Amino acid sequence: MDAILLQILNGLDKGSAYALIALGLTLIFGTLGVVNFAHGALFMIGAFCAVTLSRLLSLSFTTIDPERTDFLGNPLKVETPYVEAWFGPETGAAIIDWSVPLAILFSIPIMALVGLFMERGLIKYFYKRPHADQILVTFGLAIVLQEIIKYFYGANPIPTPAPDAFAGSLDFGVLIGLDPNLIIYPYWRIVYFVFAMAIIGAVFAFLQFTTFGMVVRAGMADRQTVGLLGINIDKRFTFMFALAAVVAGLAGVMYAPINSPNYHMGMDFLVLSFVVVVVGGMGSLPGAVLAGFLLGILESFASMAQVVALLPGINQIIIYLVAIVILLTRPRGLMGRKGVMES
Amino acid sequence: MLGLNKKDAYLFLLVLALVVFAPFLLNPFPENSELAQFNAGYPDLMQRFLIFGIFAIGFNILFGLTGYLSFGHAAFLGVGSYAGVWMMKLLTMNVIPAIFMSVVFAGLFSLLVGYISLRRSGIYFSILTLAFAQMSFSLAYSVLTPITNGETGLQLALDDPRVLGVSQVDGSIPQANLFGIPMRESFELSLGGWLFTFNAGYYLCAVVMMVAFYVAVRIFRSPFGMMLRAVKSNQQRMNFTGLNSKPYTLAAFVISGMYAGLAGGLMVAMDPLAGAERMQWTASGEVVLMTILGGAGTLIGPVLGAGFIKYCENIFSKINDNILYGWFSGLPEGLADALVFVIHPFIGKGWHLTLGIMFMLIVIFLPGGIMEGLERIGRLFKRKPPSEDNAAAQASAAPAE
Repeated sequence: MDAILLQILNGLDKGSAYALIALGLTLIFGTLGVVNFAHGALFMIGAFCAVTLSRLLSLSFTTIDPERTDFLGNPLKVETPYVEAWFGPETGAAIIDWSVPLAILFSIPIMALVGLFMERGLIKYFYKRPHADQILVTFGLAIVLQEIIKYFYGANPIPTPAPDAFAGSLDFGVLIGLDPNLIIYPYWRIVYFVFAMAIIGAVFAFLQFTTFGMVVRAGMADRQTVGLLGINIDKRFTFMFALAAVVAGLAGVMYAPINSPNYHMGMDFLVLSFVVVVVGGMGSLPGAVLAGFLLGILESFASMAQVVALLPGINQIIIYLVAIVILLTRPRGLMGRKGVMES
Repeated sequence: MLGLNKKDAYLFLLVLALVVFAPFLLNPFPENSELAQFNAGYPDLMQRFLIFGIFAIGFNILFGLTGYLSFGHAAFLGVGSYAGVWMMKLLTMNVIPAIFMSVVFAGLFSLLVGYISLRRSGIYFSILTLAFAQMSFSLAYSVLTPITNGETGLQLALDDPRVLGVSQVDGSIPQANLFGIPMRESFELSLGGWLFTFNAGYYLCAVVMMVAFYVAVRIFRSPFGMMLRAVKSNQQRMNFTGLNSKPYTLAAFVISGMYAGLAGGLMVAMDPLAGAERMQWTASGEVVLMTILGGAGTLIGPVLGAGFIKYCENIFSKINDNILYGWFSGLPEGLADALVFVIHPFIGKGWHLTLGIMFMLIVIFLPGGIMEGLERIGRLFKRKPPSEDNAAAQASAAPAE
């Protein structure tokens, strides 16, 4: 019982990341009909927004403190971050500590701009080209983005800690009446899961309850007719692309404390997210979310020591195996719509 | 000649001449000159040209003819490499069994993958092949370590049995050879300031590649090839006329998988080791890039693409800031600094950035690759009514779905 619960919890955070990326992929695919291989790169850029902000905030100037000396007897050099000088030491330290959550605000305009530039500058010209061309050009773009990040930030992972308030772990077992220390779960992962659910809820609410969302859904069903009704559907779809970029970026920002960002994290997630989209059903938003969580949890079950002892290596390949089986038995995926990508 | 029509025979002879005289052609600059670093006429690089050429020719049989975009072909190359190294460990250092078994194993593996993947088409097919490739990559890294030697990569060892050969020669591992001719053996010819190297391994690759190219030409011109083209232009209509296209696409998939295995086997023959990173999906992306760059669906395009990319890779990774300063030494200092600053991200370790940009530019502006570019240039010099030409060009540049 406790082992099962533990694995479900462990799967949730990775599942959240898969679900968020797959949601963005599906949004882009459902609206624009473009297969975006650069979506993993957007996730990575989001994570590096967090890195950048935490570096910006801890920019500091050096002063010489004549009162104290270092171990050589010279006057001690003190590094003071600018934010501490401006807002006072305590507020400043708190701001630096909370740089990752603050990066959410920081990254939204950046990701929206990146998304806009991508769509207007490149993807726009590929609507009428075959899917193979779309895959190839976005694959090229992903390489370029990845290499640019590598050029500026180096090849090594950059640790980006969560705020101290979330540093510890929750003894989840005690809450539900089990023995202590059975189910230990880091606070930040809970935050990540809640955050992911909030984003997913917001996207669905936006599509379901606003006029804008209604028009977008209508456009997903029949783009031409919506256009004939005098609605500028292209503009709205561009907005949706930017939204998908923001969703991927936010997923990346919040993922930075879980896994130190490195330049190829996007590619690592991309392949899996594509598998998630296909398992969920191409073009189905609920399918993408469902499959994201399912595969995340499945992956965490497969990495249990007992399972690995029985079937060595299963944790590495379980997602691909499931994808292959699903594609062959339910070609449209779990919740795929009829007529998507079937021409 | 050899069952080829006149045009193809000329093309074949042209490729043959290029390959045979490559050690001269790729070494246009004298040994001690400034420009010697642009020479490509040394064995290691020339072998890579041919090996990746074979890989791309094979990939083109699948992608160029049927339009099925596989993102997992590197897995077959990897399987071929492993099979090749095992043959050298178990049987003999002669490269023939190694290459042969590479092809056989890659063929069997691609039969399995193809049988399953080809049940779907379009992007689903791409993702299925990608999933298979990633699966084999992860397995090679983890569970299959007894076979693949995991992260270290599979290498020859002194205590390998080599039942048909010898385990060791004078306390070291014997060299890969072809009936006694070591693959590393080179004959150097010094002419004036030029130094030309003729390497045994290179000429083995050349023979294999010419055979592979010949087979590809025959496939392109055969009824089987026509059938594959029909799959590309309209598979549905083909099925409606009562033809089952699956055996054809599967055959194309297996053939291209065997080409990949052949390339893997040759890699092993030239340098007896195999690693899992050869199977990574970015490696599959690279062969896609070579094929697109050269021109998918054309005979010679993929070879050109492979050569171009491998040459650029070699040159761009070799250039560093000091070399740049050497080039710009004539310019004022500030200007030279600025130029070096601008170029710096694209060279050395930044080669992948250049590759990505090149890739995007090609897909955006020249979907037909180098061959289309040449055709366009050729058309500029012809005196035909432009409308007719345009129509023909559009027909030939039909979308590669």
